[in-house]
Amino acid sequence: MATLGQIDVRPPKGVRPPIIGPGQTFGTVTDRIAGIVLTKHTPVFWILVVALCLAIFGMFNTAVGYLLFKGVGIWGINIPVGWGFAIVNFVWWIGIGHAGTLISAILLLFKQGWRTSINRFAEAMTIFAVMQAGLFPLLHTGRPWLAAYWLFPIPLTMGVWPQFRSPLIWDVFAVSTYFTVSFLFWGIGLIPDFANLRDSAKTLVVRRIYGMLAMGWRGSARHWNRYETAYMLLAGLATPLVLSVHSVVSLDFAVSVVPGWHTTFFPPYFVAGAIYSGFAMVLMLAIPFRYLYGMQDFITLRHLQNCGKLMLATGQIVAYSYAMEMFIGWYSNDRYELAMVNNRLHGPYSHYYYMLILCNILIPQSLWFNSIRSTPWRLFVVSVVVNTGMWLERFVIVVMSLQRDYIPTSWGMYWYTKWDMMIFVGTWGFFTLLFFIFIRVMPPISIFEMRSLLPQAKVKE
Amino acid sequence: MSNINDSNSNLISPGEVKPASLELETVRKRLSEAKGPKFWRTLEELADQPAFGELLEREFPRHATEWVDPVSRRNFLKLAGASMALAGLAGCTRQPLEQILPYVRQPEQLIPGKPIFYATAMPFHGHVLPLVVETHEFRPTKVEGNPQHTASLGATDLFAQASILDLYDPDRSNYVTHLGEGRPWGECALALQSEVAALKATQGTGLRFLTGAMSSPTFGWQMKAVQRAFPQSKWHRWDPVNRDNARAGSKLAFGAYYDAVYKLEAAAVVVSLDADFLSGSWFPGFVRCARDFMRGRKLDKDRTMNRLYVAESSPSTTGAKADHRLVLRPSEVDSVARALAAKVGVAAQGGRLNEDQQKWVDAVAADLMDHKGKCVVVPGEFQSPAVHALAHAMNAALGNVGQTVAYIDPVEVDPVEHGQSIRELVDDMNAGKVRTLVILGGNPVFNAPVDLGFENALGKVALRVQLSIYKNETTDLMHWHVPENHYLEGWSDGHAYDGTASVIQPMIMPLYEGRNVHEFLAIFTPDESGTPQTGVSSHDLVQTYWKTQHPTADFEAWWRRTVHDGFVADSAAPARQVSAKLASLPAPAVANPNAIEVAFRPDPTIYDGSFINNAWLQETPKPLSRNTWDNVAMVSPAMAAVWKLNQVSDDNDHQSDAQRILEVEFQGRKVEVPYWPQPGHPDNAITLFLGYGQRKAGRVGSGTGYDAYKVRPSEAQYIGSGATITVSKDKYWDLAITQGHFSMDAREPVRVATLEDFIQNKLDGENFADRVRGEAPNDRPGKPESLYPDFRDKGFYQNYAWGMSIDLNSCVGCQACAVACQAENNISVVGKEQVQRGREMQWIRIDAYYEGSPANPNVYFQPVPCMQCENAPCEPVCPVGATIHSTEGLNDMVYNRCVGTRYCSNNCPYKVRRFNFFLFADYETPSLKLGRNPDVTVRSRGVMEKCTYCIQRITQARIASEKEERQIRDGEIKTACQQVCPTEAIIFGDINNKDSAVSKRKNSPREYQLLAELNTRPRTTYLAAVRNPNPKLESGSEKAEKA
Repeated sequence: MATLGQIDVRPPKGVRPPIIGPGQTFGTVTDRIAGIVLTKHTPVFWILVVALCLAIFGMFNTAVGYLLFKGVGIWGINIPVGWGFAIVNFVWWIGIGHAGTLISAILLLFKQGWRTSINRFAEAMTIFAVMQAGLFPLLHTGRPWLAAYWLFPIPLTMGVWPQFRSPLIWDVFAVSTYFTVSFLFWGIGLIPDFANLRDSAKTLVVRRIYGMLAMGWRGSARHWNRYETAYMLLAGLATPLVLSVHSVVSLDFAVSVVPGWHTTFFPPYFVAGAIYSGFAMVLMLAIPFRYLYGMQDFITLRHLQNCGKLMLATGQIVAYSYAMEMFIGWYSNDRYELAMVNNRLHGPYSHYYYMLILCNILIPQSLWFNSIRSTPWRLFVVSVVVNTGMWLERFVIVVMSLQRDYIPTSWGMYWYTKWDMMIFVGTWGFFTLLFFIFIRVMPPISIFEMRSLLPQAKVKE
Repeated sequence: MSNINDSNSNLISPGEVKPASLELETVRKRLSEAKGPKFWRTLEELADQPAFGELLEREFPRHATEWVDPVSRRNFLKLAGASMALAGLAGCTRQPLEQILPYVRQPEQLIPGKPIFYATAMPFHGHVLPLVVETHEFRPTKVEGNPQHTASLGATDLFAQASILDLYDPDRSNYVTHLGEGRPWGECALALQSEVAALKATQGTGLRFLTGAMSSPTFGWQMKAVQRAFPQSKWHRWDPVNRDNARAGSKLAFGAYYDAVYKLEAAAVVVSLDADFLSGSWFPGFVRCARDFMRGRKLDKDRTMNRLYVAESSPSTTGAKADHRLVLRPSEVDSVARALAAKVGVAAQGGRLNEDQQKWVDAVAADLMDHKGKCVVVPGEFQSPAVHALAHAMNAALGNVGQTVAYIDPVEVDPVEHGQSIRELVDDMNAGKVRTLVILGGNPVFNAPVDLGFENALGKVALRVQLSIYKNETTDLMHWHVPENHYLEGWSDGHAYDGTASVIQPMIMPLYEGRNVHEFLAIFTPDESGTPQTGVSSHDLVQTYWKTQHPTADFEAWWRRTVHDGFVADSAAPARQVSAKLASLPAPAVANPNAIEVAFRPDPTIYDGSFINNAWLQETPKPLSRNTWDNVAMVSPAMAAVWKLNQVSDDNDHQSDAQRILEVEFQGRKVEVPYWPQPGHPDNAITLFLGYGQRKAGRVGSGTGYDAYKVRPSEAQYIGSGATITVSKDKYWDLAITQGHFSMDAREPVRVATLEDFIQNKLDGENFADRVRGEAPNDRPGKPESLYPDFRDKGFYQNYAWGMSIDLNSCVGCQACAVACQAENNISVVGKEQVQRGREMQWIRIDAYYEGSPANPNVYFQPVPCMQCENAPCEPVCPVGATIHSTEGLNDMVYNRCVGTRYCSNNCPYKVRRFNFFLFADYETPSLKLGRNPDVTVRSRGVMEKCTYCIQRITQARIASEKEERQIRDGEIKTACQQVCPTEAIIFGDINNKDSAVSKRKNSPREYQLLAELNTRPRTTYLAAVRNPNPKLESGSEKAEKA
């Protein structure tokens, strides 16, 4: 096993880092990764992190309980700003999830072998992120106990269908489809690894549990054949979702008449932004993970560099979108669009807009430099900045547009309350809790796909 | 008394049994005497004693154990029946009968579910406002104006609308107290009776009454009786907002008290000398004045308009409607009045004016002279008597008397000058001359002039009795406090501003142990035998009085007609012949131009403090400052710059404005006030609003605002000079503002034009109607260029198509519609903190826009209800379909279906939707439940709501029309806002009917849609505001802009 110092050394110019560390065999790959799961000795940091996350999760539950008890007025929303943190967080979390699906599905179809070490936990990240996101459209309604089933076309609603022209219903379909397909994709991908764990399990209980999860996988050629077909099919299903889900979420805004929302370029803008923040979150998870668990051989500099490049690319699209937004607002000569541009630049929340430009456009330009892309801690910092920037982008879009719209006498301000913040931070805690549990009980890197990277796995067609 | 439900409770456990003290014989006798099917439900009831069980046990010891078994009630009854058979009670084996009382004979005319309307009137500080009250199952739920009464013509002001809530206020005084402890009424009556007896001996020496201005002739008649019985007694008057200046002015001009009645529809030129006749009922006849004045500005029949000049100090809504407004410090109005008087032929020493003021006066005088007999000069209630006298003289000189103004005998009963009256009372109290003080209504401890020391003087009075609807600051110093009935709970009468008499009939039995003022005063009017009358009903008193006025044989018929109509026919006071002579006009007070002048004004929604605990009025935004739950202190924006305080700036979107606090010192007394930079306010002056700052004001009013009475002295009740103002360093006052932005920016929510433009049919170089409607012809309603089907073309709106037209010329910003809507639709009050968060619930709001320079802007009011868009942006975005379009064009809100995603509110460009962020509706307080309109859902938490064009009224009319197999007539449905609007600014009706009033309005060239460019096709449209400036005079705004 190469040490940190060796594997994280930047290769000389023109040479790209390897996808997998040198000297790995089928056995070492399996043992290293399965070892995280099957070990009897849970690392201390894991316990500490999970304890902290449980505390935060408790805070989250308190806030949600109080919300259901008192009403949505405990948040900072009002008329005109009917949507605040809840929707900002919703879009932010959904956006984050997109990278996982892109890595799993799109990179698979593009036959990018380097996806194999990050796709498993990126998919898990997607699922957990969508879980966080899905909480908000429910909780932010005035009557969540009714919204829970009235938004779905099920025969329990006194014969009244949902109103299908509403983007919020499209959201329901998009997000639930996204969750379902991602979950299936992730679940199917885990089956061979569960089988591996079942076979390597030391105790009976563990073996039984993984046995059930493995669903009778024998690793036969027939199984593999079916597996590959299913995997490809799901990749095909999931690929359009990367583009469609966030497009649908963006239609929440684009379909409305609010200046600052009513733009046709929102779908591609949002999708690019989603992938942007998704990769930022992948990096935010991958860099500490590889360090804490010593996975530098598997999640190598190459992966970090590639993620960085993808972040840079999508960041340019996002930057272009910001520029277009302002340009078209000015070019349209529409008094309300001009006012919206003015509000972004000079209004009461303009400092958020400038922070946004800094976080999303200016600082990520450092990714042009290989030194940034190839230094894990620097990349981590940039990822945090990008994620912050993406949150600010949704804040600017949601709150700043609602705050000032057509009739000047209705203009208002929005500020979050402690309950807003508790729920927001609570989702971080919930997400991290789920993620750490995932790391502990499931192989966070796809074992069999990593094995396929080894030279021993190359099969002549 | 007995338990009717539980059969178990009939059984008495052996442990509970007491020694028997009941004879079976007695019981049998009682039973035998029973008449009719009087069955007993329980043995306790029959026996009246728990011991009876023990008796039975002794009778049937073998069966005693059976009674412990809860199942064997039947057996028990059988047993008991068996034993009672001997007593003559036969057949006692059935379930005992319980009498319920069906509505066999319904009360007259009551059909449950259909409201009944009764005429009555609301007493308001010296006159009455004529009303028709809607009652549901004998509970008054809504107040309307009396369409047949000349003082109302169907409209009311906001105070009348909110008075319903006062009736049901849970903080009302419920019971009689003595030194703070509850006592039965009988005790109080006894105490008062003995006092009356004692006073008889001294002919009433030391007996004083203190009331506000009263217009009730019955009260006057009773008072005369009191004064006959107690010749030494005195009746003092004190209203903190009173007509002293008008009285004194009238005396100066005419030598006697007269009330002025204005006929503004006959006036082509109206000059207001700080007269606020377009705000509220503190200007007597406001409703009628507003209606008449606006008749001259409708532009519906011809192309003429009247012209309004306003010379005022504190900005008011009247100044907002002015064609020309002159900003003056309060004392300068006197000079302007003198100068103007000199120019129209009144012998008065001209005041000293600066150049701009002189130019203004010249132009106004010329206009007045051009319209002799068709103009009017209106003096402000709060201006000095000299200004009043000058105005009277000017009207006389211009030949207006009998044309646009008439003088009648005062409407107030036995009018006196209040300031003098209360000073006398305090002096007498201090001298120990007052033995018994009876305070009927009011709160003198709180609002008497501070320099008199009313509170201290009270301590010298031996017996202090108060009749008041609330327990207030005065109650703390009273011996006896008796709750006063609300005007809707008792009989009374009064005169409207023009003298028309009304009988006030009650709508509901008194809710609490209160007494009507007549019933209470009757205690002090002993009858022939000398006994004080403690049990007389107000009905008898009022009727007795009117019998003396109408002592004919047909009194019953006359009485019924009067009570039915709400007024005594032809009882308007006759105009008196007066001649104005200005012999002894006091010299003008020379005000130091550098000293800061103070103006004390009644608060626009709380008045003088009477309505401090009225949640609707607390939450109704003041028309100009748009703040709620507090009073502010207005200063000019220039002064704000001097003190380095923030302005009303364009960046000010904050709903809760943390304002700096000013410490105002006036004549040695201080008060801390939140400052408010008010465009149009004179420099070197500050306006303090009265009524707030009460300590004992119930759960709604306590702790709101500052107490301006603390610095209000008796000789400067409205205008004073020489205040000092210091800005406090670090303290802030959080205001709850509903509108944070006052300029229109580059948008045009209000379209403005001048009369010249209208006549020439050209505005900004374009055709007038096109320019008003919007830049492009596409903005016109009609064939749109759209991919969506045009519902109107497809005949979607077959039958009725409801629409509304709001005339921005007519709206005076009085907020009556806002309070009416709140009353009609059970709209919740959210409290100051929630308003600060931006969650106020009123469905109609009246936006105020300032245009031009801050020193003297043009002000426009725009009521904004739901636009009921044909292409409503709120409809397609609701995920559950809770907001849908009806075949009559309404955007219907389905409360039950709403899950509260608030997308509809986000998508509404007019922001007319309101959301229940919490459970704002009060589900618990019992008295508030009585006042709710049963035709409208009370919304729960998490549900969106908005203006519905009063769909409950539409439905009622539709049902009635369908039963009668006819179409709904135009004018049959009046939305709540339309009905109460004094100026008829809002018209609602069927736009499919080409002859309806609303269709005619919509055909006006002034008509436009708000945000037409969004293609929402709103059914609520506006008529552009047209001003009628004098071509010889620049508007104050233009001039100030140049400066």
